[in-house]
Amino acid sequence: MTRAFDLFYGAHQALRSVTLEVPSNSVTAIIGPSGCGKSTLLRSFNRMNDLIPGVRTAGQVVVSGRDVYAPGTDVVELRRRVGMVFQRPNPFPKSIFENAAFGLRLLGIRDRGELEARVEQSLRRAALWDEVRDRLGRSALQLSGGQQQRLCIARCLAVEPEVVLMDEPAAALDPTATARIEELVLDLKKRYTIVIVTHNMQQAARISDRTAFMLMGALVEIGDTRRLFTSPREKLTEDYITGRFG
Amino acid sequence: MWADEAYRRLLGALALLVPVVAALVLYETARGAGPSLRVFGWGFLVSTDWDPVAERFGALPYLYGTLVSSAIAMALAVPFGIGSAVFLAELAPPRLGAVVSFVIDLLASIPSIVYGIWGLFVLAPWLRSAAEPWLTAHVGFLPLFQGFPFGIGMLNAGIVLAIMVVPTVVSISREILLATPRSLREAALALGSTRAEAIAVAVDAARPGILGAAILALGRALGETMAVTMVIGNTNRISASLLAPGATMASVIANEFAEATGKLYLSALVEIALVLFALTVVVNALARLLVVATTGGRRDVAGAA
Ligand SMILES: Nc1ncnc2c1ncn2[C@@H]1O[C@H](COP(=O)(O)OP(=O)(O)OP(=O)(O)O)[C@@H](O)[C@H]1O
Ligand SMILES: [Mg+2]
Repeated sequence: MTRAFDLFYGAHQALRSVTLEVPSNSVTAIIGPSGCGKSTLLRSFNRMNDLIPGVRTAGQVVVSGRDVYAPGTDVVELRRRVGMVFQRPNPFPKSIFENAAFGLRLLGIRDRGELEARVEQSLRRAALWDEVRDRLGRSALQLSGGQQQRLCIARCLAVEPEVVLMDEPAAALDPTATARIEELVLDLKKRYTIVIVTHNMQQAARISDRTAFMLMGALVEIGDTRRLFTSPREKLTEDYITGRFG
Repeated sequence: MWADEAYRRLLGALALLVPVVAALVLYETARGAGPSLRVFGWGFLVSTDWDPVAERFGALPYLYGTLVSSAIAMALAVPFGIGSAVFLAELAPPRLGAVVSFVIDLLASIPSIVYGIWGLFVLAPWLRSAAEPWLTAHVGFLPLFQGFPFGIGMLNAGIVLAIMVVPTVVSISREILLATPRSLREAALALGSTRAEAIAVAVDAARPGILGAAILALGRALGETMAVTMVIGNTNRISASLLAPGATMASVIANEFAEATGKLYLSALVEIALVLFALTVVVNALARLLVVATTGGRRDVAGAA
């Protein structure tokens, strides 16, 4: 999906000629030490980096056959096709229902019945429905951190994106909540293409089909997760996964 | 040990001083209002008589004037203030936003007599010759805009008040907006919001604080004296038209206190002060309650200043 992609924050080059392929309906994990550019790469898929002043890019990011950095790209429409879940749960200070319905309302859906049906469907897919079905009108901020994160996932799924980007979605959660998110990711790949950044190599090994290892803005190695963890081709990858630096 | 203890007591005493002084002020005001309270009772609040010769006093025209002039001020200052806060916090380049906010904060420190002079010599002639005739001609079917264009009156006072309180609305709302987390905007944008829709999310999250800013501004408008006295016309009539002159609680006290010779006359003016005091306390308490009730326990939403 990316070809020789560079990204600069002002003078600082954060991504160096990254080329990687993300197969659909699979989970691709991005691992690497802090500051290596994982988040930056992820945010390139839906052009969230555009919000930062001084960002320049070169090369291509292709989503469903279209270069998203091509002139004339409708960024708003792109972000509807490429959803994103952030590291810290960031529900809106609104009701649970309104959080899940937010994207639907952006699409102009006003019909109450349709909103309710699609909110329920997305909450079910995010494995949250049973916990919140009888308090949809309550503030989303009263949910636990793990529930909030699943609500954020539901909010993103409601608009039926093709790709779901997740930036360390479990980093702010306890082990039980983390396990639920991991289960959820495995379930979601049936329908969606998932790219997930994680600091946790066990997590990458548990949930991803393919893993990409990055270092200082460059992609070192990408491949089948099992293969990458058992017989890495690059010395740097091996050093990283055996914990010799990081 | 000993020094610590003495220091603690000193600070405690100083901290107590403020509520004690406030209580004394309240006590003295209530005492001064005593004669009037005994003679007129609750009728003071609903009577429109104000006859120093016959010693009959009622505060309704002033209560009305305070509420109406403040309402005009709010109707103008709140939408305009929120609009410029949104512009400064969200749309303007950060440098420009900071400079303009600084200038707006300066506006808040201009003495109110300057606003009064401006209202009298700039705003009043314009209202008299242009704005008020236009209003009578085009929306004159409303009782609000009927009558002779004096230039000074309720409308002028409302506009001057609006200009005086708008910095409060702008600077607090802007700060609240700047304090709303980036992550909310990012979440909205990542869901395919346009920039305007993402800003709407931030404004929505900041709503409790913006409400607090508006009520703080209202508190200022209710008590403002000098500028209002200069431009409101000072009559004790209740008139449906905003073009007509009137008076507020603060303005009648300022105007008549020096010449209030009779004991009851003086006491009636002091009772007006008491009513104004109560009104501003209620408004401020309401502001605090609203802000606490809507932000309490929520760390992700900025509270009011
Ligand atoms: N807004 C920004 N402005 C300037 N430089 C930035 C910005 N965001 C990130 N960088 C730089 O780009 C590089 C990559 O950052 P990025 O956030 O992508 O790392 P990461 O791999 O996600 O790290 P972490 O694991 O800590 O989240 C870092 O050197 C960082 O300092
Ligand atoms: Mg990161």
